[in-house]
Amino acid sequence: MEAILDGFKKAIELLFSLDAEIYHIILLSIFVSLASTLISTLFAVPIGIIVGTKNFPLKRLVVRFIYTMMSLPPVIVGLVVFLFIARRGPFGYLGIVFTPTAMIIAQIILVTPIITGIVYNGTKEKGEEIKRLAKTLGANRLETLFLLIKELRINIFTGIVSGYGRAISEVGAVMIVGGNIRGHTRVMTTAIAMLRNQGDYAMAIAIGLVLLFLSFIINSLLYNFQQGD
Amino acid sequence: MFFKKSKALSITVFMLILMLIFVGCSQPQEAAAPEAPAEETVSEENTTPEIENKTLLLSTTTSTENSGLLDAILPVFTRDTGIEVMVVAVGTGQALQMGRDGDADVLLVHAKASEEDFVAEGHGIERFEVMYNDFVLLGPLDDPADVAANAPNDILEALKLVYENEANFVSRGDDSGTHKMELSLWDELDLAPSGSWYAEAGQSMGAVLQMTDELLGYTLTDRATYLSMRTDLDLKIVTEGDNKLFNQYGIIAVNPDKNDKINAPAADLFIQWMLSDKGQQLIGEFGKDTFGDSLFIPNAK
Repeated sequence: MEAILDGFKKAIELLFSLDAEIYHIILLSIFVSLASTLISTLFAVPIGIIVGTKNFPLKRLVVRFIYTMMSLPPVIVGLVVFLFIARRGPFGYLGIVFTPTAMIIAQIILVTPIITGIVYNGTKEKGEEIKRLAKTLGANRLETLFLLIKELRINIFTGIVSGYGRAISEVGAVMIVGGNIRGHTRVMTTAIAMLRNQGDYAMAIAIGLVLLFLSFIINSLLYNFQQGD
Repeated sequence: MFFKKSKALSITVFMLILMLIFVGCSQPQEAAAPEAPAEETVSEENTTPEIENKTLLLSTTTSTENSGLLDAILPVFTRDTGIEVMVVAVGTGQALQMGRDGDADVLLVHAKASEEDFVAEGHGIERFEVMYNDFVLLGPLDDPADVAANAPNDILEALKLVYENEANFVSRGDDSGTHKMELSLWDELDLAPSGSWYAEAGQSMGAVLQMTDELLGYTLTDRATYLSMRTDLDLKIVTEGDNKLFNQYGIIAVNPDKNDKINAPAADLFIQWMLSDKGQQLIGEFGKDTFGDSLFIPNAK
């Protein structure tokens, strides 16, 4: 109990302290997760809409594949990405192992199926109707796509928030490909895992609370943005 | 709206019931607790103690677990005494913290100064030396800082070469015994390593060796972990055998005054067994058939 109360106290001190190391950890977490979520969105939204509105052979298999990928364990993604970019791996020559770039790549693989799956679900339900509406309005293909995105914005928003939530909270993938190097690839989740190993529970809880608080702020911002639209 | 409210209400009720169940379950244990110390005093008076509680919680460092030492010796202890040992393998920092919190019965760790503080502060009863292993400095096969040629058995000179050449170096950075050893060496040199060549990983020895291999850098490791992983690494020993690189393990029984769940009689028995001729011999023999050499050298007094 003492450790938990201590954690609360330290969390408040942390947020108001101007300790450069803590801010670096927090900012890197946000940067990596936002970057991976944004890049994933660029792929995932069109794929989700296309799979949701078009019929093609093996569609059921593709959908099942997307659903399976939605619950991909982060450690497995981390391991596979690591093996590809490690010195002995096929992309070893890029030299990106243990860098934020590697962390973003791993998270893109985790987040893209989540956004795709959620957008696909929404499109499956409402896509036909919206397409019919677009047709009556005489829209061309690009305009139809924009109308779909506009009408499906709640689904897309849900997908982005879920994807971002996955990215900022996962530890397995960023630990393996990033390596938790102090001042370079250490993010909030890997810092928490490390602090626990060192028995520094108060600090671990403190960073955990900061993580929770940031998720709350970012979700609120996105939610307000959605409401005001 | 009404429906939503009632749903929230039923969830609250459900949570309350759940909490009541937990509270209910924990009560019998608490009620039984005061009897435990009385039994312990009785057993201490016997010359051959009959130990009621047959499980012992050992908190130790990842090096003893990863090297396979515990798997080799603990079954023998269980056969001799009937006591099952549960092992929690963490960093020395957390192992000591578990002791402070009264979450372990006995500690087997390697950070002499911290262990002595631990006993001095009253968290442990007494510290006994059990065995030692040694640290080695590893470097890439091409050895860009020329450590092997210039400082094959002088660790301070070796680290100075790494520092001056700004050759990649991976530090445990996790407050472990190995990390503390590394920091004390930099301290002795009066150097403060920093910069992109010096990576603080905050991870286990195995992960750090893997990372050092990836970055083709230098790192300080215990010999046991290195030997168990060496076939997968493009790294070689560049410095070894310096007196400063010896790594003493201590064993400490946690002070049973902390809470009545601490199994002090079993902890005492385990310490006696580890320090006995039989325990010491088993420690010395471990690793000889696999690695051709002992990984831990017994040195109980």
